[in-house]
Amino acid sequence: MTEAVLEIKDVNLAFKGKRTVLDVLSNRPSRDVHALNGVSLDLRRGETLGVVGESGCGKSTLARCIVRLYEPNDGEILFQGKDVFEASERKDRSYNRRVQMMFQDPYSSLNPRMTTRQILSEALKVHDMCKEVDIPEKMSGLMDLVQLPEDALDKYPHEFSGGQRQRIGIARALAVEPEVLIADELVSALDVSVQAQIVNLLLDLQERLQLTILFVAHDLRLVRHVSNRVAVIYLGRIVEIGDSETLFANPSHPYSQALLSAAPSLDPDDKGKKIHLEGELPSPLDIPPGCPFHVRCRHKTPKCTTELPRLRPLDGRGSVACHHAEEIENV
Amino acid sequence: MTLKSVHSPILQVEDLCTTFGSGIATIPAVRDVSFSVNKGEILGLVGESGSGKSVTLRSLLGLSRRYGETTGSVYWKGDNLVVRSEADMRRIRGGEIAMIFQEPMTSLNPLLTVGMQIDETLKAHTAMNASERKARAVEMLDLVGIPAARSRLGEYPHQFSGGMRQRVMIAIALAARPQLLLADEPTTALDVTIQAQILDLILSLAKDFDMGVVLVTHDLGVVAQTCDQVAVMYAGRIVEQGAVRQVLRAPQHPYTVGLMRSVPENVPPRTPLYSIPGTPPSLLSLPEGCAFSARCPQKTVLCEQSRPHLTNETGERAVACFSRVETQGDAVA
Repeated sequence: MTEAVLEIKDVNLAFKGKRTVLDVLSNRPSRDVHALNGVSLDLRRGETLGVVGESGCGKSTLARCIVRLYEPNDGEILFQGKDVFEASERKDRSYNRRVQMMFQDPYSSLNPRMTTRQILSEALKVHDMCKEVDIPEKMSGLMDLVQLPEDALDKYPHEFSGGQRQRIGIARALAVEPEVLIADELVSALDVSVQAQIVNLLLDLQERLQLTILFVAHDLRLVRHVSNRVAVIYLGRIVEIGDSETLFANPSHPYSQALLSAAPSLDPDDKGKKIHLEGELPSPLDIPPGCPFHVRCRHKTPKCTTELPRLRPLDGRGSVACHHAEEIENV
Repeated sequence: MTLKSVHSPILQVEDLCTTFGSGIATIPAVRDVSFSVNKGEILGLVGESGSGKSVTLRSLLGLSRRYGETTGSVYWKGDNLVVRSEADMRRIRGGEIAMIFQEPMTSLNPLLTVGMQIDETLKAHTAMNASERKARAVEMLDLVGIPAARSRLGEYPHQFSGGMRQRVMIAIALAARPQLLLADEPTTALDVTIQAQILDLILSLAKDFDMGVVLVTHDLGVVAQTCDQVAVMYAGRIVEQGAVRQVLRAPQHPYTVGLMRSVPENVPPRTPLYSIPGTPPSLLSLPEGCAFSARCPQKTVLCEQSRPHLTNETGERAVACFSRVETQGDAVA
């Protein structure tokens, strides 16, 4: 449980903005979107690490960096000790096989012109998973694994519901026997009862196949349910990371506190003790100096406006990036 | 019409049905939906996708007339809107009854400034002159919490973020001081922190202006936090209806119970979540009996043969089920 499969070290990624001729002439710097600003975390073998945050905070960018869809400007991602962006590693496609991604939108992540059989056999062939003759057997095994009937193999994606499509997406990822799954908002587009089915499937598969999962989602109840550890991201930085139960029961960073209290509870009498976050996420084009959260924080002091807090471990809790984590009372 | 109760409802819907298509393939999208909304009260309509909640909302304003047929009655101040002409409806839409839509990204006109879009509503529904309208527009933007309202009137929708656009939508909807607001998933596209802000805004505006609200959502948490009354829809019909506290504390329809149990709240982490087996039936081939019977853990022979009606035994709560769930609260918690 403790061995790190993936180590992400100080990853930075900025998407370059366009510079017009006028900008160049007037020597204005290009407007870059700072999506990730020094994210470090390890993914330990067999665990589920939840990643939460508001839209635009860099959760999906992080997921895409991990599967090499984006290359970070700075920092490294180590898989079993090797930098996955090194030239020799880039040629080796086994990393792509061992770390698989599942996407958010069940409607656009499957090719509408391919049957399930073609989708799955493509994955099997690209990575040379088995002999041509063994493919049918392998595929029926996969269908079994994700609990779809075998006749689903000859259907096209439009013939399935959203939940069934996500199962196909899971089957496609599992076809190549990965060790790590990156689930980017896997169930966000689904209804609650279907959500529950997919989450159950994922938990069950994780146990059976000993998978390590990075679970990116904005639904906090869901993240709490599936994760062992949770990382809260704000403007491309991890502001708090720690054991899921401790973090949810007792969040330390003012942002985590506000985020958790904003999730609507099912209890109609559980009103009133909400922490209200004023304003919205600042633009990642122009990240505030000091602690990026200070513009919305209730506890800010002059120090917060100038000095960037580092992620530091707290006794009995996880790691928190806040100057005043000790003094802030949990509400 | 029905008897006048103590709080006479401003909106009374009776046996609303909307059918799409014609000939052999007709889709019964909404069937026999009845509810009422009082002043200052928020009614939540919940259900999964395809359960008919949005179509119900659109049918109230006659927006589904173009594609389908609506029958039944929608009494608005004693007047049946279902039979009113399109010209009459235009006066009511946006004036007395306003609507906000799910996607703040696509429901504003990208070519018009925000100020012009608020002005449009006011021009159509009030007798204000230009300077009064401008003052009202500023006041509305202020009210919905948009900073520097005066200077932002001249901005275009793309200059606003998602949460701000939804606020603009609300400002447009409320500009003509409607007595009823229809909100179709107003916060589904937004983050939780922004969702909390928008819901609080709707809640406080409803109380301040004594405005009725029908809120369509799929999130039971949103219902718990904002609504007074709730109606749960399944396959085009209301299956359970009552005060929020009662319905969520002790749901009686097996579908409501299933929905509540699928929410991962108060469940030990990493344990299997409850999920309702099967999938909703196709509206093209609804079973003869209860539409939920195929997925219901408590179905009887009766359920497959005839359809339960929404019965109101206790006066407070209506449930359409032959074998309603009696375990109170515990099953959920």
